[in-house]
Amino acid sequence: MFPFVRRRMYTSALPLIIVLLGVFLLARLTGDPTNLYLSESATPEQRAEFAAQNGFDQPLLTQLVDYFKGVIHLDFGTSLRTGESASAMALRAFPATLQLALTTMLLAIVLAVIIGCWAAYRPNSLADRFSSLLSMTAASIPDFWFAITGVWLFAVLLGVLPTSGVDSSLSWILPIATLMIRPLGVLTQVVRGAMVSALSAPYVRLARSKGAGDLRVVTHHALRNAAAPALTVAGDLAVGLINGAVVVEAIFGWPGIGKLMIDAILQRDFAVLQAAVLLTAVSIFALNILIDACYALLDARVREPVMA
Amino acid sequence: MSTQLELVPVKPTTAIVGEPDTDSSRKGSKWFRLLVNDRVAAVAAVVLGLVFLTAILGPMLVGELANHIDLDNSNQPPFTLAHGWVNILGTDPLGRSMLARLIVACNTTLSVAVPAVVISAVVGSVIGMWAGYYRGWRETVAMRVADVIMSFPSLLLAVVVLYVFSPSAANIVLVLAITRIPVYLRTARAESAELQSRLFVDAARTFGASAQSIIWRHVLPIVLPTLLTVATLDFCYVMLAESSLSFLGIGIQPPDVSWGLMVSQGRTYLHTAWWLSFFPGLAIVITTVSATILAAWARIATDPGQRWRLTVPQKRLSRFTKTAKALP
Amino acid sequence: MTAVAEHPPAKDVDADPVLKVDGLTVEIRTITGTVRAVNDVSFDARRGETLALLGESGCGKSMTATALVGLLEPVADIVGGTAQLADVDLLGADRKKRREIAGTELAIVFQDALTALNPLYTVGTQLAEPFRIHHGMSARDAKRKAVELMTRVGIPQPETRLNSYPHQFSGGMRQRLLIAMAVALNPSVLIADEPTTALDVTVQAQIMALLRDLRAEYRMAVVLITHDLALVAEEADRVAVMYAGNIVETGPVAEVFANPKHPYTKGLLNSVPLNARRGDELKSIGGTPPDLHAIPDGCVYQERCPLARDICATTRPALDSVGSGRKAACHFPEEVKNV
Repeated sequence: MFPFVRRRMYTSALPLIIVLLGVFLLARLTGDPTNLYLSESATPEQRAEFAAQNGFDQPLLTQLVDYFKGVIHLDFGTSLRTGESASAMALRAFPATLQLALTTMLLAIVLAVIIGCWAAYRPNSLADRFSSLLSMTAASIPDFWFAITGVWLFAVLLGVLPTSGVDSSLSWILPIATLMIRPLGVLTQVVRGAMVSALSAPYVRLARSKGAGDLRVVTHHALRNAAAPALTVAGDLAVGLINGAVVVEAIFGWPGIGKLMIDAILQRDFAVLQAAVLLTAVSIFALNILIDACYALLDARVREPVMA
Repeated sequence: MSTQLELVPVKPTTAIVGEPDTDSSRKGSKWFRLLVNDRVAAVAAVVLGLVFLTAILGPMLVGELANHIDLDNSNQPPFTLAHGWVNILGTDPLGRSMLARLIVACNTTLSVAVPAVVISAVVGSVIGMWAGYYRGWRETVAMRVADVIMSFPSLLLAVVVLYVFSPSAANIVLVLAITRIPVYLRTARAESAELQSRLFVDAARTFGASAQSIIWRHVLPIVLPTLLTVATLDFCYVMLAESSLSFLGIGIQPPDVSWGLMVSQGRTYLHTAWWLSFFPGLAIVITTVSATILAAWARIATDPGQRWRLTVPQKRLSRFTKTAKALP
Repeated sequence: MTAVAEHPPAKDVDADPVLKVDGLTVEIRTITGTVRAVNDVSFDARRGETLALLGESGCGKSMTATALVGLLEPVADIVGGTAQLADVDLLGADRKKRREIAGTELAIVFQDALTALNPLYTVGTQLAEPFRIHHGMSARDAKRKAVELMTRVGIPQPETRLNSYPHQFSGGMRQRLLIAMAVALNPSVLIADEPTTALDVTVQAQIMALLRDLRAEYRMAVVLITHDLALVAEEADRVAVMYAGNIVETGPVAEVFANPKHPYTKGLLNSVPLNARRGDELKSIGGTPPDLHAIPDGCVYQERCPLARDICATTRPALDSVGSGRKAACHFPEEVKNV
């Protein structure tokens, strides 16, 4: 089990390194990097001083080494706006996003499993087709529009939910609903499809011939086999969840890393943007490892080769 | 008595033995019949067709109206003809007709989404088919590149890139195209690699056919249906991505207008003029839902093993597969 | 055939059948119409005895079995007939009753052991399942039972292999596992659907020997579904020959194979290349099985039958008695020996 996880870590490290490299090259090779870090009104002397301070006048290779050294020490520079360490700001904002994302993902998975199993149990019935239509619609809704309509409906018109902020537990409802709607739609379809396949598999017939009832067949036999494709999609969706979080946090003023990134962009604060982007990349990388570990736990064929 | 040579197909054939190779005119009507049998998909196709028509003809017809500022008429509510039929969906703060702006925005949105999809589809498929054909190091490298691109949230990538190179329609198209290439690359490679083990590829090779001609005449026709299905679904994704970017302020910039941008512009007027944000979003939903439904139909229609579901009229399908009862 | 009935005759056979199937009819709904895959099939099975359902691929024998066990696919319907297992009406029982007898009275061994076993659970878990479902045993007790079962069917080192997964066993071992699961709760009737088709000959012999032992030990009625004539000759006591969904002949194996009363049976026996010399022409039954969408009126075998006459095209022959314990569905059973 652990050798498997170790192997996956090595292969997944490559994308991370490329992302780091990519950010570096993007910043250095597209014109004067000081333009990215300093405000537009900075004088040439300020620029020269900044460049000397940060080693932009050094040869590229030296800059690369320094950059990676900085990364390892989690030093991405200081924020243009607040003067704080960029990595400190990023790390402070991260937990809020993590809470949002984890809750959303958990809720989406549970609901998708319930609805998907129920629809697969009676395939092609009216209920099944209706839930298919609903989940396809849910998967196609633009999250920002859903959020705004939700805010208008519940906060403005009905006044039952707050428009923004993290104050009460009620303020979680709209952000989570918005973040959840597309993953829920996609996952429901995947779970339904996988369950329909699993329920028509030979081992289900065998289980029934042993006297297994519907509940056991669905939850014990079919679900575990349907989990693999659902897990794959969940992994892809988790990556997309970051996209969603950016939008949701911007709309609801949620103090997470997405909001940090958008603010950094609108205020031209490259150091903070860099730190936030890299932190996100690392968490995605960790998530992928986790998903692969789940695979290995679920399916023995993945972790143990065929024995004689 | 035909010789072996004459039995070798010279035009693309379907991969399934036994399916009669109808001539092109009947092939077209076959697809039409498959579509009509699924009423929901047929409606979706019509809607999508209307959207594309609007995008093409829209600016010509209402371009002027969309820019016609009339401050006396600002923020008028929809669903009344009091201010003229052109303002049936209301007006924005500058008095411009919502309907006209929606139509022009349709053109902008689609003129970003469609090229992005086409570029990523062509580039991704070609590289994928090529990698799947040759296997070996080409395949490994291509897959690694795809993995790297896919392991990063596309929005973030677009955000960073558009930060460094300022946002313009062309840059947006390029960035979106690049982030979607892996989807086509993986699909094309998987199918192409699977086909390598098929006999007809070996047969073509024994005639000295070049790799290029094999890919073009044998691999492509078989991979094409799957790619079209993927592209339809991807179209949704790209549309939503562009809308999100424009909403966040790093996509389409004013004075150009896209649906996403309109939603963002309407946000400050949520309390007073709800239609400013509602209708553009609704337009996005209608387009993406139609494309999703069409993609689901295409997935069944292009799979010879599943196609039978579409040859039975919908109402009879449920009785046919004994749906009302649970599985035994 | 001369090399017939080499196995000792079955001892300790019940007089009354434990499984009585009468007029079972199954139809499948296809796009191009309804097809009758099983037509008016009747047979009996007795404890301690092996009944073979013999026929070509696609003749409906597997579908008969799945209909009895209640595992038909959604597009297939049972449209007629009865099936009685001891005092239970199989076809009319509700789902609860069905679940009660599944595994305890009626068990089935499927053909492909690899796909029949759930790849994600250990064999121990799957073997323990019947005990947990029907006897409500604890996991530990059920595991102990599983070990006993594995020992009984001849799987070495059962305590360790309990935690192995299906893909880690060889084909023969997997089939033994399927058999173990089927006999776990001592059923009265065991249906074996082509249990050895996917195995090589030596393993085949071992599996059949195992089945024979288990049949004696548990006093089961075994219904053996196969297309292999030699297997029927060696293992079965009685045979029911099926063609295009119909039973065309039944009787004790030795007698039926020595003196068939249906042209199809004779054709099958003739096509076995026994005592064939190099240069001889191999015999086969001319023609192909009928398209189930277009079964002709009258006898279902008429198009390939050398004895076909006018009456065969108009009247379907009933499965009538042609001797003690023998039946055949032919208008001219006595002329078959001349074919």
